[in-house]
Amino acid sequence: MMEFWTRLLNVVLAIAIGCGGVIGLFYLANLAINALPKPWNQRLLPWVYISPALLLLSAYLILPTVQTFYLSFLDGRSQNFVGLKNYIFAFTDRAMLIAFKNNLLWLVLVTGISVSLGLIIAVLVDKVRYEPIIKSLIFLPMAISFVGASVIWKFMYAYKPAGDDQIGVLNALLVNFGFEPVGWVVEQSVNNFALIAIMIWLYTGFAMVILSSAVKGIPEEVIEAARIDGANSWQIFWRITIPMIRSTILVVSTTIIILVLKVFDIVFVMTGGNYGTEVIASRMIKEMFNYRNFGRGSAIAIVLLILIIPVMISNIRRFRTQEKLR
Amino acid sequence: MIGEQQEKIEAALAPFTEETGIEVVYEGTDTFATTLPIRVDSGNPPDLAMFPQPGLMADFAREGMLVPLTEFMSLEDLQAAYDESWIQLGSVNNVPYGVWYRASVKSLVWYNPQQFTANGYEIPTTWDEMLALSDRLVSEGKTPWCIGMESGDATGWVGTDWVEEIMLRTAGPNVYDQWISHEIPFNDPAVENAVNIFGDIVRNEDYVYGGVVSALSTPFGDSIQGLFGEDPNCYLHKQGNFIEAFLPTDINLDEDVDVFPLPQINPDQGLPILVAGDVFAMFNDTPEARQLMEYLASKTPHEVAAGLGGYLSPRQGIDLALYPTDLSRKQAEILNNADVIRFDASDMMPGAVGTGTFWSGMVDYVGGADAETVLTNIENSWPE
Repeated sequence: MMEFWTRLLNVVLAIAIGCGGVIGLFYLANLAINALPKPWNQRLLPWVYISPALLLLSAYLILPTVQTFYLSFLDGRSQNFVGLKNYIFAFTDRAMLIAFKNNLLWLVLVTGISVSLGLIIAVLVDKVRYEPIIKSLIFLPMAISFVGASVIWKFMYAYKPAGDDQIGVLNALLVNFGFEPVGWVVEQSVNNFALIAIMIWLYTGFAMVILSSAVKGIPEEVIEAARIDGANSWQIFWRITIPMIRSTILVVSTTIIILVLKVFDIVFVMTGGNYGTEVIASRMIKEMFNYRNFGRGSAIAIVLLILIIPVMISNIRRFRTQEKLR
Repeated sequence: MIGEQQEKIEAALAPFTEETGIEVVYEGTDTFATTLPIRVDSGNPPDLAMFPQPGLMADFAREGMLVPLTEFMSLEDLQAAYDESWIQLGSVNNVPYGVWYRASVKSLVWYNPQQFTANGYEIPTTWDEMLALSDRLVSEGKTPWCIGMESGDATGWVGTDWVEEIMLRTAGPNVYDQWISHEIPFNDPAVENAVNIFGDIVRNEDYVYGGVVSALSTPFGDSIQGLFGEDPNCYLHKQGNFIEAFLPTDINLDEDVDVFPLPQINPDQGLPILVAGDVFAMFNDTPEARQLMEYLASKTPHEVAAGLGGYLSPRQGIDLALYPTDLSRKQAEILNNADVIRFDASDMMPGAVGTGTFWSGMVDYVGGADAETVLTNIENSWPE
């Protein structure tokens, strides 16, 4: 019992000293800055306040990035300088080329389908009586982690030879209708699409929710005016809805693009990158942790970073212009 | 190792503490291969470590981090305790570092003895007899083999095991050793031959239950279940002794299931047995650690662990009567009678190949790629 109280006291003291220390530090820094001559104190003040955040940012974000960049020029054990060899590997290795091809497929299909499906649902259910129920149902998968979703879909795609009891939902349906069961995850003609479907299932809800709020933001008068001018629903959709929510569509698309570029959990759980389903990020994890080739792993990480940067910049730019309009 | 295995090893270490009063703290982990190098690099290695693969141990030995056994044990004692193959497996440059604690035997074919007696099938003693039995089963409208290769991100090891077995049986242990150390290229005709012999079984849709798609998508632990029941899916299943943990719970270990060693192919090479195992090596040279290493090489821990089941000892002179089931006794016998013992090749090769392109290459091969392309890809991925 005694031990418990001393422990508790320790914890309380630690919190008090920690928090008090930080507050005291800021207070002292503030005093010191204010004591400085006039033009300088105003210039320095913001830097003092953001310096802890900057420190944390550089320790957890900037330094590791620089470190990764440095390691990408060294060999597998990070001992000798190998020049661009890891990058040459990243762009010429057979497995990497398959990964690039697959990532492109993921980018086009996941972004295209989940955004357009989200938009269609958002417009169709707009002002329908059951709208909240339908939307919550479609949004639900968002709450599941990639790994969790992959485990669920393993049961959807499970394969047993013809004649056995099918435990996979899809194959059970197929067999019921008199077809042969399909090795969804194993057969190279379908497996990439089977994996992509999982991410579409996860992210259509996300696209739908954001696009739906954008659709609802279109002023009623504009649509009424169009109707008076004789526009039908189809024309309203293409000529009014889409142009007016264009920037939202772009934000949703870029967000999903970044997510797709980073995708690896689904591939790792479902196939481990086998059967021609490798993507860039799953290859990175393999090189880094399975083969312990830090050079190659880092080079792939840098390639991934470079691919994501333009998307991020365009996203931030659009966000800024949007903020200006407000 | 953690969980049930940890309890067993703690039980095997208990007599040591009783006798010497030295407390052994066993730290189990399921991320051994990442945790240990970090601890060693940071200057905080454990006194002893148990390696599931001798490759990592050899790396530390080459870096001079490990204490050679010969500094405190006589070579004669070691040779009295272990077969030469096991000592060699734990040695680097002929200096022994490792004391083997546990062995797993991979070269086992599992079958259902009741089905064999009922149908008059005989245990094959050569590869040709095994194929003849397979053909007979096919002609009777049955499927001879169950093969399951799926194992998450480790998918493919089942295939590499097959190829290693066939390499040992066709090319022999010397070529096998050259193959591991890359003295012959990975796409050497000897390897291609082995891969094709594996392909003759695994890619034969009549031989394998559910064919190639089923072999690729069935989890390795599930496929043995096809042996059982009134009308089994298959009659033969090659897998290591550890598959016992995946047997259906209603199986009677004495009557419903049995094993025979995977038969020889070339009589000149005898009957080789493919193994894996766990080996202890010593980082910190303290009197207590020395005593513990000596204890681990003695009979006591092996005898305790043998009695607990689910364990095979690599040590010589362990009384077979100690094993709790006929099944494990038979496995121990197969291990003891082996003409040649070799360690799982993929565990000895560099990670990028052994647990990388070799695994994925076998998946590609079973999926239909031709052996030459697959092996050339693996050869090209061998780190310089």
